[in-house]
Amino acid sequence: MTSDHSAADIDRHVRVYITVFVALMALTLITVTISYLHLPLPIAVTVALLVATVKGSLVACYLMHLISEKKLIYAVLGLTAVFFVVLLALPVVTVNDGYWIR
Amino acid sequence: MDIPYTVEIRRDTGLINGKIGIWLFLASEVMLFGALFASYILIRTGAPSWPRGATMLNVPLATFNTIVLISSSVTMVMAWASLKRGRFGTFRIYMGGTILLGLVFLIVKYFEYSAHFHEGAYPSTSNFLALYFTLTGLHMLHVFGGMMVNAYFWGPGSKLWKTNPEWFTNRVEHSGLFWHFVDLVWIFLFPTLYLL
Repeated sequence: MTSDHSAADIDRHVRVYITVFVALMALTLITVTISYLHLPLPIAVTVALLVATVKGSLVACYLMHLISEKKLIYAVLGLTAVFFVVLLALPVVTVNDGYWIR
Repeated sequence: MDIPYTVEIRRDTGLINGKIGIWLFLASEVMLFGALFASYILIRTGAPSWPRGATMLNVPLATFNTIVLISSSVTMVMAWASLKRGRFGTFRIYMGGTILLGLVFLIVKYFEYSAHFHEGAYPSTSNFLALYFTLTGLHMLHVFGGMMVNAYFWGPGSKLWKTNPEWFTNRVEHSGLFWHFVDLVWIFLFPTLYLL
């Protein structure tokens, strides 16, 4: 977030923070409730990670103010995201004794 | 000599230096936790069987801790907003609340760990527990580190408010970014370890 904020801006932000807080609480309860339904693992993983991604996005966008950041921060995070995806994909290419990279 | 660009924005980056610094640090943190998550995926997919977290871990306590950490993230951002409004007293209340909520999180984790050790469940017991203790242990260290920084800004570091309020507000914002990141990591750790 840039440093030039008026009092009215801050009041608006505070209302957003409270809304995000309520949304995060609701999503936490949804995650836990779904876990008690004992869904098949692939569905459970998909739903749990989907809800976690929504929650993470709310924290990043509104509490960390990423929704109104400068381009340089987006560039840094974009590069990080690329390396992060590669890192997570590494286990995938090792499946079947490295079939995908042979 | 004064530290440059603590308050005034650099023309080339459009940002103050501290903001770029904290985001670069968080980028390195993403890779650190990313490596551990990748290890988790590799070990789990390679294992012939894997326990559901809920059968070994305390889901109600972890849910409570999730609520605590999310609440602390909101009090943290409210502490920053209080400084932006020029209300130092309110800042101290919210920042104090953030530190206390961090402490509650660590106390709950202490009870969780104690219960595991009492049952003879150690990192060496299984791959699942090794990953659980490594991921949550590293996360706890981050919570502790964040608490120390926040406690500094609540206490002795807050003297800066009297001489350079804008710089102090920026420092609190950067500390808050780290705290929100710690919350963000937990948001993914909770379902991954406890619910799946």
